[in-house]
Amino acid sequence: MPSHLRPAVASVVLFSALTGLAYPFAITGIAQALMPRQANGSLIARGDGFVGSTLVGQSFTADRDFHGRPSATQAVDPADGTRTVDAPYNAANSGGSNLGPTSQKLVDRVKAAVAALGGGPDHPVPADAVTTSASGLDPDITPADAAAQAARVAAARGLPLDRVVALVRDGTQGPGLGIFGEARVNVLGLNLALDAAGGATTPPQKPGR
Amino acid sequence: MTIVGWLQIAIVLFAVLAAAAPLGGYIARVMAGERTLLSPVLAPVERAFYAAMGVDPRREQGWRGYTLAMLAFSAAGFFSLYALQRLQAVLPLNPQGFDGVAPDLAFNTSLSFVTNTNWQNYSGETTMGNLVQMLGLTTHNFVSAATGLAVAFAVVRAFARSEAATLGNFWADLTRGTLYLLLPMAVVTALVMVALGVPQTLAGSVDAATLEGAKQALAIGPVASQEAIKELGTNGGGFFNANSAHPFEDPSVWTLMLQIWALLVIPVATVFAFGRAIGRPAEGRALLAAMGVVLLLGTAVVYGAECFGDPIVHALGVGAAGGNMEGKEVRFGQALSALFTAATTGTSTGAVATMHDSLTPLGGLVPLFNMLLGCITPGGVGSGLYGILVLAVVAVFVAGLMVGRTPEYLGKRIEAREMKLAMLAVLIYPPLVLGFTAASLLLKTGLDSLNNAGPHGLSEVLYAYASTTANNGSAFAGLNGNTPWFNTSLGIAMMLGRFAYLVPVLALAGSLAAKKKAPASAGTFPTDGPLFVGLLLGVIAILYLLQYFPALALGPVVEHFSMIAGQTY
Repeated sequence: MPSHLRPAVASVVLFSALTGLAYPFAITGIAQALMPRQANGSLIARGDGFVGSTLVGQSFTADRDFHGRPSATQAVDPADGTRTVDAPYNAANSGGSNLGPTSQKLVDRVKAAVAALGGGPDHPVPADAVTTSASGLDPDITPADAAAQAARVAAARGLPLDRVVALVRDGTQGPGLGIFGEARVNVLGLNLALDAAGGATTPPQKPGR
Repeated sequence: MTIVGWLQIAIVLFAVLAAAAPLGGYIARVMAGERTLLSPVLAPVERAFYAAMGVDPRREQGWRGYTLAMLAFSAAGFFSLYALQRLQAVLPLNPQGFDGVAPDLAFNTSLSFVTNTNWQNYSGETTMGNLVQMLGLTTHNFVSAATGLAVAFAVVRAFARSEAATLGNFWADLTRGTLYLLLPMAVVTALVMVALGVPQTLAGSVDAATLEGAKQALAIGPVASQEAIKELGTNGGGFFNANSAHPFEDPSVWTLMLQIWALLVIPVATVFAFGRAIGRPAEGRALLAAMGVVLLLGTAVVYGAECFGDPIVHALGVGAAGGNMEGKEVRFGQALSALFTAATTGTSTGAVATMHDSLTPLGGLVPLFNMLLGCITPGGVGSGLYGILVLAVVAVFVAGLMVGRTPEYLGKRIEAREMKLAMLAVLIYPPLVLGFTAASLLLKTGLDSLNNAGPHGLSEVLYAYASTTANNGSAFAGLNGNTPWFNTSLGIAMMLGRFAYLVPVLALAGSLAAKKKAPASAGTFPTDGPLFVGLLLGVIAILYLLQYFPALALGPVVEHFSMIAGQTY
C-alpha cells in the first residue's frame, strides 16, 4: 500500500490540474472568444440590461401575455430561512414537483389549474398548460396551449384575434428537420413579438390565471 | 406512440452504433498502449505524468496490486474532494459566496463522485461554487470513469491471456483512458454543446428584468465543460438541480440527442473493444445484443406508459393527447424522453431529462429495474462490461449444470473459486438495496423525507438505494436525501456498491488470468450466438426478478393498479 501512496496523490493532483482546471478554463476561453452569445446564456438585451434568456422560461401572469407552463420551483422564505415558498420560474433553483401519478396533492393542484382555465371533464385543456415541467423553467408551450390562450390575449391587448393567431403561427417552431422533438412556441419570444406588434405597451399589473 | 417517435429513437441508436464500432477499435489500441492518432500530442504528457507519479507503465500488477492501486487512488480522490467542499468558503472561484458544505453532505457527495454515481443530495446552483464544480466534480467525472474503464480492461486481459500472473498497470490504464479517450471527446463535445446553446462562463449568476417587471436571477457557470464529461463518463451529476431537464444544460432536442449519444457511445464501444482485444468480435456482439434487448424493451415500456399517461389526471379535464406531461419538458417530446430515461439508467449515468419521480408507475419501473440489474444495459464506462461479464460467467455455469459438463467461457474453465467470486459480487447488491430500504421505512427520519405517500413513497426509497448501490445517481427526487441518515446510508451504499463489487471482480480476473486458455472443442458451449444471448437474458431475468419481485410488487406494481382504479394517496 505505501508504494501506491505517491502515485495516488500525484495522480489526483495532476488530473485535477488537467481536467479540473485546464480543461474547463480552455473550454471557457474558446467559448467566450468564438461563441459569446451562447456561452453567456443566450441573453436578450433590453435597455442597458437583459430581459431574460431565450432558453429559460419566465413567469407571466397578466391577461395580455401568453403564460408559460405552471412551475414548481421554490425559493427560501424571506421571513424564515429554514422554509421554502413557491417561486415560479426561479432560475436560481430549478426543479420539478416530483409528485407521482397517484398523488392527491397532484390531483388537487391540477384540478385547480383546470378550473382556472375554464376547463373540465367536458372541456379538456392541453396537458402542458396544467402540469409543471421538469425544470420549472420550461421556455415553451405547445401550439395547442398557445391557441387556447389567443382569445384572452387579443382581448386584453385590444388586438384583432387574427393578428394574434398569426403571431402564434409565426412563433411556432416545428420539430427539428420535421422529425426531432415536438412543435412548440417560445413564450418569451411570442410576448416580445406581441409587444413589438403594437397596441398598448403600458406595464401590466393585473394578476390572472 | 408514433412512427415518427420510433424513427427518432432508431436514428439516435444507429448513430451510437455507427460511432461505437470504430471507437471500440480505438479504445482497444489505447488500452494496449499502442500508438494512435493523438500520440504525437499526448504521449509527452503521458510520459510526464508517469514520471511525476513515479511509475513504470510497463511494470504490470497482479490482481492484488491492481486492486490496491485502484483503492488508493479512490481514497485519495475522496479525501481531496471532501476537503474542497468543506473549505469552499475560504477558497477562490466562488462567485456566489457559498458556505462550506456540511460534513454529512460532503461525505455523501465525495463518495458519490468518486464511485461514478453522482447522486446529488444538494442543488448545484445553491450549494456548489465554480471551484468545487470544476476542480472537484468535473475532475472526478473524468477519473471515476477512467477507473471503471481500467478495471474493465483488467478483466478483459484476464480472458485474453493464458497462464498470466498480471492484469496490467492501473496507473497506466487510468492515465491512458483519461488522456486519449475521455479528454479529447469531452473537448469536442463541450464545444458542440456551447454552439448549441449550453453556457460556459465563470460568472455565477446573471440578473434579468423580466417582461412583467420582476427580477429573475439566472444561475449560470461553466456548464458545457461539465455537461460533456457528465454524459461521456456516464456520471450524470448535473450542474443544476434539474439536471438535463434544465434549459441551460439541455437547451434543445439537438442537445438531448447529443447527450443520449454521448452517454451510450463509450459503454457500447467498450464492448466492441472487448471483442477485439480477445480476438473474437462475435463474443462482444453477443453481449451487446443482450444489452440492446433490455434497453429497447425498457424504452418501449417507458414510451408506451408515458404516452398512455395518468388516467386520474386525464379525468380532471386534461387532454390525453400529450400523455403524461408532469415533470417533462415540451421541447423533448415523449419518444426521446423515454429513450433518455432507459439509457441513463441502463448506463450508470443517472442524468435525468424528465423527473423520474413523476413518471407513471410502469414508466418508473423501467429505470428502477435497470438499476437493480446493476446498470449493465449497456452499463457505465467500463462497469457495464465487467458487470455483464460476471453475469456471463454465471450464465455459462448454469448452462454447464444443465448438460453436466465443466463450464468454460472464452476458453477459461469456470470452477468453484470463480463461481464463488462471481456470486460474491452479484450478491453484494440485494442486502444493500433491500436492507437499507427496509431500515429507512422503519425509521421516522426516513419516512419524514418522503414526498409521496402510498406505494409511490416506497418506490422513492427503493429507487434511492437501487440508484446508489448500482452507482447510477438518478433519483425519484422528491425524496429529501439531505439528512444525516440518508447522507450516511446512501454514501455507504455507493461505497460498497462500487468497491465491494470491484474487489471480487478483480479477484475473479486474477483467477481467470492464471488459467490456461483451452482451445474450443466440440463440447464447448458456443457463447457468440442467439442461444447464449437468450440464456444470458434468462439468467438475468430469473436472478433479479427473484431477488426483487416482492419489493417491486409493493411499489410500482401496486401503484399501477391503484392508478387504473383511480385511487390516490
